[in-house]
Amino acid sequence: MATSSINVPSASPVAGSRSFLSKLRNGDEIARLITFLFAATVVLITVGLVVELWIGSALPRHKFGFSFFVTSVWDPIAEQFGALPFIYGTLVTAGVALFLAVPLGIGAAIFLAELAPQKLSDPLQFFIDLLAAVPSVIYGLLGLFIVIPMMRQWIQPALKNTLGFLPLFQGPAYGVGFFTAGIVLAIMVIPYIISVSREVLLSVPRDQREAALALGSTRWESTWKVVVPFAKTGIMGSIFLALARALGETMAVTMVIGNTPTISSSLFSPGYSIAAVIANEFTEATGDMHLSALIELGLVLFLLTFILNGLARLLMLLTTQRGSGMGHA
Amino acid sequence: MKRLAGMLLVVLALGGMVWAQNALLINGAGATFPNPIYSKWFDEFHKANGTQINYQPVGSGAGIKQVTEGTVDFGATDGPMNDDQIKAYRTKNGAGILHFPTVLGAVVPTYNVPGVNTALNFTPEALAGIFLGRIERWNDPAIANANKGVNLPGNDIVVIHRSDGSGTTYIWTDYLSKVSGDWKDKVSKGTSVNWPKGLGGKGNEGVTGLIKQTPNSIGYVELIYAAQNKVPYGSVKNSAGTFVKADLASVTEAASGAVKTMPEDFRVSITNAPGKNAYPISSFTWLLIPEKFKDTGKRDAMKKFLNWAITDGQGSAENLSYAKLPKEVVDKELKAINRVQ
Amino acid sequence: MNARLRWRKLVSGFMLTMTGVCALVAVSVLFFILGYFVYNGGMSINWDFFTKLPTQVGETGGGMANAIVGSAKLLLLASLIGVPIGFFGGIYLAEFSSTKVAFVVRYAADLLNGVPSIVIGIFAYALLVLPFKHFSTIAGSFALGIMMIPITLRSTEEFLLGVPRALREGSMALGAGKWTTIMRVVVPAAYRGIMTAILLALARVAGETAPLLFTALGNHYWSPGWNQPTSSLPVMIFTYALSPYEEWHRQAWAAGLVLLGLVLMVNIVARVILSRGVAVPRS
Repeated sequence: MATSSINVPSASPVAGSRSFLSKLRNGDEIARLITFLFAATVVLITVGLVVELWIGSALPRHKFGFSFFVTSVWDPIAEQFGALPFIYGTLVTAGVALFLAVPLGIGAAIFLAELAPQKLSDPLQFFIDLLAAVPSVIYGLLGLFIVIPMMRQWIQPALKNTLGFLPLFQGPAYGVGFFTAGIVLAIMVIPYIISVSREVLLSVPRDQREAALALGSTRWESTWKVVVPFAKTGIMGSIFLALARALGETMAVTMVIGNTPTISSSLFSPGYSIAAVIANEFTEATGDMHLSALIELGLVLFLLTFILNGLARLLMLLTTQRGSGMGHA
Repeated sequence: MKRLAGMLLVVLALGGMVWAQNALLINGAGATFPNPIYSKWFDEFHKANGTQINYQPVGSGAGIKQVTEGTVDFGATDGPMNDDQIKAYRTKNGAGILHFPTVLGAVVPTYNVPGVNTALNFTPEALAGIFLGRIERWNDPAIANANKGVNLPGNDIVVIHRSDGSGTTYIWTDYLSKVSGDWKDKVSKGTSVNWPKGLGGKGNEGVTGLIKQTPNSIGYVELIYAAQNKVPYGSVKNSAGTFVKADLASVTEAASGAVKTMPEDFRVSITNAPGKNAYPISSFTWLLIPEKFKDTGKRDAMKKFLNWAITDGQGSAENLSYAKLPKEVVDKELKAINRVQ
Repeated sequence: MNARLRWRKLVSGFMLTMTGVCALVAVSVLFFILGYFVYNGGMSINWDFFTKLPTQVGETGGGMANAIVGSAKLLLLASLIGVPIGFFGGIYLAEFSSTKVAFVVRYAADLLNGVPSIVIGIFAYALLVLPFKHFSTIAGSFALGIMMIPITLRSTEEFLLGVPRALREGSMALGAGKWTTIMRVVVPAAYRGIMTAILLALARVAGETAPLLFTALGNHYWSPGWNQPTSSLPVMIFTYALSPYEEWHRQAWAAGLVLLGLVLMVNIVARVILSRGVAVPRS
């Protein structure tokens, strides 16, 4: 929703073109045009990417068609390719990551924005921002040397003993697998959620809080029922960012997920994700079909992001209350 | 705002400034396996001649691709280019591409079996069976019979392979394809294959890391990784029936055996080579040099480098756990260098 | 004080403590990582690291001077590409556009954000490496710049929209044109959030490896100008960490530490420069 323009539209086409020229001389119209071009560039780049992916994946699309989405075989020698295990792995790891990171991240953001004194909050935020810069290779190494042994020796056995009746926590505990990858991803995306959510919460006008408190709500109620909804779109935005990162993360995932194209109901099972298999096989892909199949996987990821984004937006649209500050899709 | 813009312009200009670059810069990319020795060689060459040869270890397949596309001046690979790839190069570039072996390496079976501290013996049947998923426990007779006296547990074997496409995998699967008809039919050889079972580790380092972390595991890595990371690795039975543990001498012997049948273009597989003490999972690694160079300066520098690397350069190989080229191969190569125009 | 109020106060106290716990967990994990870094990398940081070129294997010493400069160049150019597109695009979305156009652009930005960095690298490779037949700093910066756009765009728009309407109307009432209002009133009011986002975007691309492998490749030597392959800290970390040498591992950690230091410095400098003269009340 943009604020309305001051210019009054003219009636007839001739007058329209004349006023367009005069609008052009007006600095604001130039500004509008230029900023429009920048915004259009974004769409252009995205479209260009999709086109490149579409063209590059022509071979397997013609050969496999729709079965690419539902087959589980990945055989570069026999040139049989199916995307299902990778789609599964991508979704599961991202799901685990968000499941862990969103509550923790939002909770931490609330604490930093509402409760912590500025002297504590600002430096902490600094450090958290810094962690977004840690290269994913490092997260991968940390996952390999710290998280995996921890998982194998303590966390997985503990979960098996307590919640082992759930199919989620069954099967041999290697240390690598969906769960480990999910944890590493959660650590990677938490800084985004905290950073952006905190900023958004801080930008909520003071009078909103004070009005709630004046009406007799407790601190928590004013935060949870007034401030957070006001900042809802911003927080959702941060979750989108986190989701996007989790879906596309390559290096860290490939070092801890086990790199086995399997579909399993257990979180302990090793698996594979789209980004990981592309990273692993792209540079060495012999044969056009193999290369193109990997490019088609990239296209599939694009599609996945498209759908997930759409669903999330739908959700937001349905739950946005009228009149609660910034409500837009 | 203006000040900021001014500062930015200055920095951009500085960045664009050409550092005193009188020396030639040659770019190459390819296999990760020979990276340590290549980095040493290019460094020494630079110190002696001033030529800058920039080599990036991005993988054998990437090396082949990039040199074909012309984005780098030369490539490097652990698995020789096949006929289709060579034809593709010729079509794209109008001339041929030459393979030059530089050093020899070995791929070894590494493992982590609780309670076992000695080097295990593996027969080709055992290795194929394990990686095919047919042999499931450590105390299976196929393994136990070759290791009398060793207390092998009855635990399930965890297979670990490479997740990324690599020359190491090519060498390993090439060997298994030769010694096991089943493997050849079901999986065959390549830089990326459809593994019947197992976890995937990224890079030699990833595999080594996983093996260290996972009890009852077995995997394959380049000799140098096993040696440097002090992971136990086993001996493999060669075609003459001897159990050989990979070392420089046994690798060189594998190469010597192949010399008699060495094709003109040096593309040869020396896995399962004949020879009493030859290590059966050895391989050359090659530099991919275009037949025709557009830039004469680069051409002369590369020829000079090749000459040096296969003669004087060989002296540094053994310190870094690579085996030297057999003399007969070196002689053949010295003649072949003249084909580079 | 009746029972219901007591309950609500209890809930309030409990939930607020929970947020503290969340913050503690998040922060301690993150601190642990930093600590691990400093411990492993600190040992390898010396003057040589910053001034020398990498040496061959087995030799101690040597440094990553070219990687540091390379990363700096890549990030500078990437910012010049990504930030204006994201920033001005965000302004368009917040101030000028219609709902439909805004929806499309936002969706496109979110999609772009979800593309794996390796795919963006492949895109940049197809566009800027293949046709010109060499790897270059420009190609690398292009890939990184693209990755900065979504975060910058979405956040700029978000924070601009958060500025109260009253500020805009007040400015226009005083006779300022739309553009002046935007640049002189609205943007400064939202600058904090926008700055955070830009720095976040920069931090993210500073550590990216995969796209650089396809675009800037890597270089053992200095990279003159903008058209040659260049070394960079993330690629060095990648190469060294995945090698079998203890010495190289240490250097990889040190490189990671330097990378963090670089980002930290940019953070500080940017905040200082842009905060001069702008008094933003924290509401």
